[in-house]
Amino acid sequence: MIRLHDVVKRYGNQVEIGPISIDIPAGGVIGLVGPNGAGKSTVLTMIGRLLTPDAGRIEVGGSDVHATPSKQIAQTVSILRQENHFVTRLTVRQLVGFGRYPYSGGRLTQHDEDKISEAIDFLDLTALEQRFLDQLSGGQRQRAYVAMVLAQDTEYLLLDEPLNNLDAQHSVQMMEQLRRAADELGRTIVIVLHDINFAAAYSDYIIAMEDGRIAVHGTPDEIIRDDVLTRVFRTPVTVVDGPTGRFAAYHRAGSTTP
Amino acid sequence: MSADTTATAPPIRAERTRDLGPYASGSHRTRYRLVLAALIVASLGLTGLLLSWNNPFEIFSERWWRISTMRVTSIVVIATVTFCQSLATVAFQTVTNNRIITPSIMGFESLYILIQTTIVFFFGASGMVSLPPLARFLLQTAMMVLFAVLLYAWLLSGRFGNLHVMLLVGIILGSGMGAVSTLMQQMLDPNEFDVLVARLFGNVGNADTDFLWIVIPVCAATGGTIWILARRLDVLALGSDISTNLGMAHKRQVMVMLTLIAILMAMSTSLVGPMTFLGFLMATLAYSVTDTYDHRRILPVAWLLGYVILISAYFLLRHVFTLVDAVTIIVELIGGLVFLIVIFRKGRL
Repeated sequence: MIRLHDVVKRYGNQVEIGPISIDIPAGGVIGLVGPNGAGKSTVLTMIGRLLTPDAGRIEVGGSDVHATPSKQIAQTVSILRQENHFVTRLTVRQLVGFGRYPYSGGRLTQHDEDKISEAIDFLDLTALEQRFLDQLSGGQRQRAYVAMVLAQDTEYLLLDEPLNNLDAQHSVQMMEQLRRAADELGRTIVIVLHDINFAAAYSDYIIAMEDGRIAVHGTPDEIIRDDVLTRVFRTPVTVVDGPTGRFAAYHRAGSTTP
Repeated sequence: MSADTTATAPPIRAERTRDLGPYASGSHRTRYRLVLAALIVASLGLTGLLLSWNNPFEIFSERWWRISTMRVTSIVVIATVTFCQSLATVAFQTVTNNRIITPSIMGFESLYILIQTTIVFFFGASGMVSLPPLARFLLQTAMMVLFAVLLYAWLLSGRFGNLHVMLLVGIILGSGMGAVSTLMQQMLDPNEFDVLVARLFGNVGNADTDFLWIVIPVCAATGGTIWILARRLDVLALGSDISTNLGMAHKRQVMVMLTLIAILMAMSTSLVGPMTFLGFLMATLAYSVTDTYDHRRILPVAWLLGYVILISAYFLLRHVFTLVDAVTIIVELIGGLVFLIVIFRKGRL
């Protein structure tokens, strides 16, 4: 369970995120959606203790993420942000190996090596594991980062827009793999998503944010509806039944809504 | 890839071959070992050459040692300075997550000179003399470390998260502190100025070796600490977000590292004065020949590279061209050129 209690973050005098209080149930894929600037990434990075809230309390799996030693939290929750730049040249396997740092302190045991191999195989990176990250395409690199947090073996995984800059094929592939991680490995995965339809297709639970607050949350059936989406995204949205489930149409809004 | 690994180490179990440790491939590992061996041989060879060059007596005889001992001090100074500069630069570049700016470029040394000048300016040469020399030395070093940590922790706190801004601020701070020092030096009484200069501007040929007996243990202890923390450096190199995710108290670790770096820079500056590009030269070459993330492999190579470079320059200029005062200048010239080449080749910072 991820529990936020009156969490507030202020940016300057104008912008305030929160106060937010919500209990996010453990298990499955949880989509965090909303328009730009709604505070999705801020909330995610606060849960992942990369950002300190100005007020409130955040608990993940029973421990306060901002009060418990960082090393202990690193074994419960892992977070991956959109942009990851560093100067060190790493191979895929070395990067994924860093995911074991909270356990190994840098000295990898055979057990760690097995976990690393598992994460690499899980994300179909086996053939690429000795390649340097700068020799990979954007989609492959993104997968390598996800493999790192997967190797971290945490119950909770927080991903900030993992589909950013990925084309349709790689986006679908990534979401399929995350879905499998939730189903087969039993992880709780919270994902910030830009595209409401990816959230509709792959989430078990959707949290929609608006203006720094949670507008609405519930199962996809409760959220993927004309009235809810139109209000949250402030754009006319029509939900249609597609071949694989419900689909939110919002392009060329003027011509689709009579 | 599998061909590489099987060539060097036949697999015992299928799983084992996938794990190559800090190397990208078996050939990287072989290359690293060759480089390290070559550097050790070169260091020993050059040290031996410097000791015995133009030494007319039979090798290892009593008279031979009498002449060699005089040169040992220079060798110790070179080893200490390259040790400090290489460790400080590599650690600094890791915690700031860049490979361009170095403690020297950011003005650590100018800060040291400013502190020394300020002490003489306000308390006079007599004020300096009234304290025992050792207490004075320790006081100055402590002040330098304190100010460096406060100043650079503030600078690196993310307020100036942009590398370009930080580089600019660092250079302005460095030259600003240099200018203030010069101003104060010009206002000093000539006698006091003399006292100050005597302790400010050492160089490799004429180092301030009074405190060598304390500089070496301090460097060894600081370097040892960096070595112990080297695995944390590996993680810090991945940036603030990833290292926090991996359970690192990022800010605190950066402060610890900055303190260690400031101590090393103070030690180096107290011996030979500012060396702007030596650290950059060592670190850049070390990254390119080691090609690994593992600091326990980068740090020794950086030190040995620096030692070989500085001792070759010293040997050539002292015994071949008899221009010993120019050692620092020549090394800085090479370092500055490499700095420019790296920036031009990358086309960015």
